[in-house]
Amino acid sequence: MSTQASVDQPKATQPSLGGFFKSHLREYGILIALVVIMALFQFLTDGILLKPLNLTNLFLQNSYIIIMALGMLMVIVCGHIDLSVGSVLGFIGALAAVMMVQWGWPAPVTFVACLVVGTLIGMAQGYWIAYYRIPAFIVTLAGMLVFKGLTLWLLGGQSVGPFPETFQKLSTGFLPNLLPGEGFHLTSMLLGIAVAALLLYFNIRARAKQAQYGAAREPLQFFWLRNGLIAAAVIYITYLLSTYKGPPNVLILMALLISIYTFVTQRTTFGRRIYAIGGNEKAAMLSGINTKRLTFLTFANMGMLAALAGMVFAARLNMATPKAGLAFELDVIAAVFIGGASMRGGSGKIIGAVIGALIMGVMNNGMSILGVGIDWQQVIKGLVLLAAVIFDVYNKNKSG
Amino acid sequence: MNTILEMRGITKTFPGVKALDNVNLAIRDGEIHALVGENGAGKSTLMKVLSGVHPHGSYDGDILFDGEIRSFKSIADSERLGIIIIHQELALVPLLSIAENIYLGNEQAQKGVIDWPRSYAQTEKLLAKVGLSEAPGTPVGELGVGKQQLVEIAKALSKNVRLLILDEPTASLNEAESAALLELLKEFRAQGITSILISHKLNEVKQVADTVTVLRDGATVSRLDCSTETISEDRIVADMVGRSLSDRFPPRTPNIGDIVFKVRDWNVFHPQQSDRQIIRNVSLDVRAGEIVGIAGLMGSGRTELAMSIFGRSYGQKISGEVTLHDQPMDVSSVQRAVGSGLAYATEDRKTYGLVLDDTISRNVSMANLGAVSRAAIMDDHYEDSVAEGYRHKINIKTPHVQQKAVNLSGGNQQKVVLSKWLFTDPEVLILDEPTRGIDVGAKYEIYSLINELAAQHKAIIVISSEMPELLGISDRIYVMNEGELIGELPREQASQETIMTMIIQSGRH
Repeated sequence: MSTQASVDQPKATQPSLGGFFKSHLREYGILIALVVIMALFQFLTDGILLKPLNLTNLFLQNSYIIIMALGMLMVIVCGHIDLSVGSVLGFIGALAAVMMVQWGWPAPVTFVACLVVGTLIGMAQGYWIAYYRIPAFIVTLAGMLVFKGLTLWLLGGQSVGPFPETFQKLSTGFLPNLLPGEGFHLTSMLLGIAVAALLLYFNIRARAKQAQYGAAREPLQFFWLRNGLIAAAVIYITYLLSTYKGPPNVLILMALLISIYTFVTQRTTFGRRIYAIGGNEKAAMLSGINTKRLTFLTFANMGMLAALAGMVFAARLNMATPKAGLAFELDVIAAVFIGGASMRGGSGKIIGAVIGALIMGVMNNGMSILGVGIDWQQVIKGLVLLAAVIFDVYNKNKSG
Repeated sequence: MNTILEMRGITKTFPGVKALDNVNLAIRDGEIHALVGENGAGKSTLMKVLSGVHPHGSYDGDILFDGEIRSFKSIADSERLGIIIIHQELALVPLLSIAENIYLGNEQAQKGVIDWPRSYAQTEKLLAKVGLSEAPGTPVGELGVGKQQLVEIAKALSKNVRLLILDEPTASLNEAESAALLELLKEFRAQGITSILISHKLNEVKQVADTVTVLRDGATVSRLDCSTETISEDRIVADMVGRSLSDRFPPRTPNIGDIVFKVRDWNVFHPQQSDRQIIRNVSLDVRAGEIVGIAGLMGSGRTELAMSIFGRSYGQKISGEVTLHDQPMDVSSVQRAVGSGLAYATEDRKTYGLVLDDTISRNVSMANLGAVSRAAIMDDHYEDSVAEGYRHKINIKTPHVQQKAVNLSGGNQQKVVLSKWLFTDPEVLILDEPTRGIDVGAKYEIYSLINELAAQHKAIIVISSEMPELLGISDRIYVMNEGELIGELPREQASQETIMTMIIQSGRH
């Protein structure tokens, strides 16, 4: 009844700053958390955190988690979970190694073949989940064991490597500098500025369109503050990277994937349907949404991204090891939940999952620099995950 | 008679909203007191204040029970005094037995060890009191909604109830079950148990209530004593809506065309038990611009019929033919059924109709995303403008279409569900319980909308358990029982009596 009365209130064209901030605390909160954590470690490590070399490492170290988080977000939005991604990552790394080192396949062929195999693995798991309604937890738990075992079998318990140079480039390569300049990577700097400008352009255009329909709810100050900060961050980070070797290839790959998946989840009918399925599967089904096929595709996509992450990871180490991917699924799932996705499905954003992964990554990296042992790192990461979800639930109860 | 409960000057505010404004309620000992009002009038909030869900201190005013001022901090406090509330959504655990449910949280135990023989014996006694003959060990999930309701009441009795509050108890019951429940309330009255009945069904209120309190917009509008004066339904409705609603059904001049939609020899079997036939040889026709009602008791197979036609969403081994304009209609999946011009608005809008956490706008477009996208890319602005259009056209009360569906009242949620289906531009609409649990004013609006659709030459099937509603809006009524259509009545011949007689007679052979 309170809700009934509250919606009858007159339409507020410009919500108050404080009110808007409160109702979007979750979205801004995670971004603020990332900035605060980065500032904290920047201070504690005497500025090592944002040194160009370390920043490059930070992206390299977390790329595979972020790549898998993109797929995991969709799986979780759809109302499922995938526990097998760590094992699949390890398995594909091993498969790639065997293909290239033992069978002598060229890197590009291996790359495509591995993506196909990863997709097939995702499809095999998704098939049981979508069409036979076997809980994803069970199917992917089985998958986790199966692919962990297959990795060991494939590698015979040995590490296999090294890889051809073209394959290594996937992770350790850098964007070539096409423009002249010693010690400064002008190409990437210009690229960074272009990306920032493009982001600004798209957001301003969307805002103008919203305003035209009278649907702009974000106060103007927030809009400029948010976009200004994002643009500044992009330019600053590319500047830092430009003073070293420029952006690593994998960063470009990640940026592309993040853009694509943000677009797919937010702007396409496919994305919309995934959210509807997670929100209320029965209602989605009775609205003519092919819930089974979409669930199936979500897992197929997850398999493909796990394969990609597997190759990125293997390329970085320049070998495949039997232990690769151990417990990675937990980091990926944690990143998605820190990023604000709901366990029940139906909510969560790509950018949230990426920021969630970065928070974990910065903490790992920062604590390692500080010499915090792996034991306490785990404890602290666990508490951060718990705190993020408690914050979520508390926030929801207060607003609901 | 003494006053058992008095609520004086209750005012409850939520941030920015005054939900209750100086509400007074006095309940005499041993009476049946009906509390009526539109959705959003403040009934549930008032009962939450009474039962301690909104604890003492979060509202202004006093609660007097047995003449003493009480300050309940929680439900446990009010239950201790025998104030028991039974919510519209039943709070039973389907996998536990009747006895386990009744004594949940109140186990008959000694030193933590449950005394099962005693629990069962007492459960049997309680069940006898509410007229149930089920074994106490039966899992609650195996009972129908009507019987589950009785289990809830038995549970209340186990707690030595003095004031029983029933929130829309007959909302999901059929006529026979409703009648039995009302009889039970009368029996309780004879035993000295006081009841508060919250109901939208004014005929029931008239039947059993000694006193009626009407709430509107969070304030007490009137208190009507049925023992001293005869209260007409129209009088109550007038108080509820604040305007006189001379006719509960909007006027309409039917303009009926040719047969548009045909179902022939429809047979459906139970989804798990493949030898159990749920729908038998159903054949029906609907003409353009015609509103056809399907009457029947709960479990007669009406929803199963509709769902099995709508993309085979129910059952297996489905056989039969569906045609539109004498052309076979492909209803083999929901997508195809929608694509060929069929729409089905489900009976339970929260479970089957809406994504509650999504916005109105997203719910409206859900069944027709193709129309608000180009090459699979959503046009969010067009999507919003579509929802905005329906908001104006059928009066969805909300400041903007970015509001989440969960925040709307039942009537407005139903309008969102209807908008969703209107946006698919169907030729045939099946509406399953379109006005369940929504208030009189919103019902009138939904009826007007149905009439308007009929005027646009749509073929409309309405499934409803409220017979006055079917009689009020249908041009023709099919009567269904045990999976079969047992009769067909034109509007002029249909009455509650003829329909009930048909059902009872068909059950005999």
